[in-house]
Amino acid sequence: MNKRFTRILATSIAAAALAGSLGACGKGSASATSEGTSEITMWTHNAGNPEELAAIKSVVDSYNKSGAAKAQIKLQAFPQDSYNDSVVSAAAAGKLPCIVDIDGPNVPNWAWANYLTPLKLSADLSKNLPSTVAKWEGETYAVGYYDVALAMLARASDLKAAGVRVATIEKPWTREEFQDALTKLKALGKWQYPLDMGTAGSGEWLPYGYSPFLQSFGADLINRDGFQSADGTLNGDKAVAWAEWFRGLADQGFMAKKSGKDSTQDFLNNKSGLLYTGSWAADKARAALGKDLVVMPSVDLGNGPKIGGASWQWGVTSGCKNADAAMDYLSYSLKPENLATVAKATGTIPATDDAAALLPAFAEGGANRIFMEFSRNYAVMRPETPAYPFIATEYGKAVQDILAGADPKTVLDKAVKAIDANIKSNGGYKS
Amino acid sequence: MKNALRLSSFGAMAVRILFAAVAAFPIVFMLVSSLKPDQQIFGDMSSVAAFLPIGNISLDNYTAVFDRVPAARFLINSIGVSAVTVVLGIFINSLCAFGLSRMEVRGKRVVFTAILATLIVPFQTLALPLVWWVNQLPYFELNGFSLEISKGWLDTYQVQIIPFIANAFSIYLYHQYFESIPKELDEAARIDGAGWFKIYRQVVMPLAGPATATVAILTFLPAWNSYLWPLMVVQSEELRPVMIGIQYFFQLNVSWGEVMAYASLITVPVVILFIAFQRSFINSIASSGVKG
Repeated sequence: MNKRFTRILATSIAAAALAGSLGACGKGSASATSEGTSEITMWTHNAGNPEELAAIKSVVDSYNKSGAAKAQIKLQAFPQDSYNDSVVSAAAAGKLPCIVDIDGPNVPNWAWANYLTPLKLSADLSKNLPSTVAKWEGETYAVGYYDVALAMLARASDLKAAGVRVATIEKPWTREEFQDALTKLKALGKWQYPLDMGTAGSGEWLPYGYSPFLQSFGADLINRDGFQSADGTLNGDKAVAWAEWFRGLADQGFMAKKSGKDSTQDFLNNKSGLLYTGSWAADKARAALGKDLVVMPSVDLGNGPKIGGASWQWGVTSGCKNADAAMDYLSYSLKPENLATVAKATGTIPATDDAAALLPAFAEGGANRIFMEFSRNYAVMRPETPAYPFIATEYGKAVQDILAGADPKTVLDKAVKAIDANIKSNGGYKS
Repeated sequence: MKNALRLSSFGAMAVRILFAAVAAFPIVFMLVSSLKPDQQIFGDMSSVAAFLPIGNISLDNYTAVFDRVPAARFLINSIGVSAVTVVLGIFINSLCAFGLSRMEVRGKRVVFTAILATLIVPFQTLALPLVWWVNQLPYFELNGFSLEISKGWLDTYQVQIIPFIANAFSIYLYHQYFESIPKELDEAARIDGAGWFKIYRQVVMPLAGPATATVAILTFLPAWNSYLWPLMVVQSEELRPVMIGIQYFFQLNVSWGEVMAYASLITVPVVILFIAFQRSFINSIASSGVKG
């Protein structure tokens, strides 16, 4: 026993020594990330996405080797789902890097929280897709390499069998046509639910995916005049009509209240006939279905089809000691060839026409050009207010409650009350 | 009578098998799905085939896991961090519990109550202040022959270990176990000339094997499953633990076969540990009446 305990004690001491040595290794890495002026750190959300990460890395490498680099860029990648938490923690500790990746709708909040500084780039942003440039209070705080677009995917053969016309940009489905299409598709008897809206989704998908329908009804997440209240906008007659329509899709058996975990895969496995998703699913669907795949615009519910605008973008932090180099890198990275490299790797819509011209899929007549048209014609920015993350959470909860069967008006009133109280408690989110 | 007995034991066995099967289903599903392509995972979902390694079986998902995530590095990090936390946790917490249980010190009840009171504060409420706090701590680093002092523990291994060594629940568990060991043993040792540390080392701890096994498992599991804390304090990929790795797979198009393969990989060490300590763990829980 004595020997056994001596062993435990020795192991403890060895463990303490190991902790110290591990710590030393760790600190070695950490010191490399400390922000100097000759090396600046850039955080990106795409760990786990080897294609996008490699594309970003190639842009960084080409800048670092360009000879004109004002500082060497050190890239650190984080997983997307937990990226915001890492940034907020680093901000609390005063350890933000110089350049950060930001999901577009969060830009005003991060600018308001003084994480970001206004961009002063040499690159011309006037030709970028509007949804790739994030502004708040008249200043540009972030710029993206790409955007994504929402769409309806279906099999041409199914639509033909059901006698449903293919919706186009010139003539999208109206609300009545959509109802008719779903009725006919359901009558084919091929699927339990003909429509998959990704109702199992959570987080940002809920406002990104479903608030465009709300806007197409003529309502919105907040009154955009001053962004001080959602009253009358998110709980008015049009918003209630949206909620009743949306729940009605489930009540009529057109879509599941909670879809499968992977809607794209379910669509490809023929578990649904009509998929509401983003441009990111198109390449996979096209590879599986070939020419049978049709990509259609979202539904016109009264005020034209709407889709969410803005994807991941880049900004410079307010504490960056070498903001000049950070701005220089961002300007360099916005060259058409760099945008094309990233868009090709990610299957996303390049931010400019010059970049699109370098990609056959997005050039005139290309298979994915239609998404660029959707973005140009239908994109609505999520409300450009620091209150957006809170609004998004409340709206997401409201969507789930409405689908679960709660009274739409009561749910929306509750969301409005919470949003208005939050804005008030934050002094109106004034800069 | 004999037949009735046989029937009842058969019934009991059937119920046990049923419960075991229900408990095993998720693990079997995970292991089996890790060998299938995505399309087949979803295709098999509506039948018993979801639990059978049939169809297009391969190790492709495992290969893909190592392409997407530095899984070996993450595993080594987690094993290192968890092992050090467990070993230091056993030593520090048992020592603390020993003092509170055996030594006559004024105010020890108040101290013990204060320690127990920390159990009701969820870690999530402490996390952000703790980030600020660890970022203020000094760090000593030997660089060649010079000792360098820097500020802040963020992005290190020790920030993943040291805040989790002292643990109120482990102290409580040891304390309760030490209370069941007769104090006469201490007195006999004292008559033989033993000091407090010798009594702790040679009398009490050797008798506290089941408590140590339980503390080892109950310290290892949260250390292994640690997610929120490393997310907040670790920025470099080479320092990340396994649980952060699971997030690498949740992209816009999720590859569920790879998720299952990675989940299988990171479950294996936990299963091995549990099997190794199973008997002591159950004994300790049975004797202390504590649920993990």
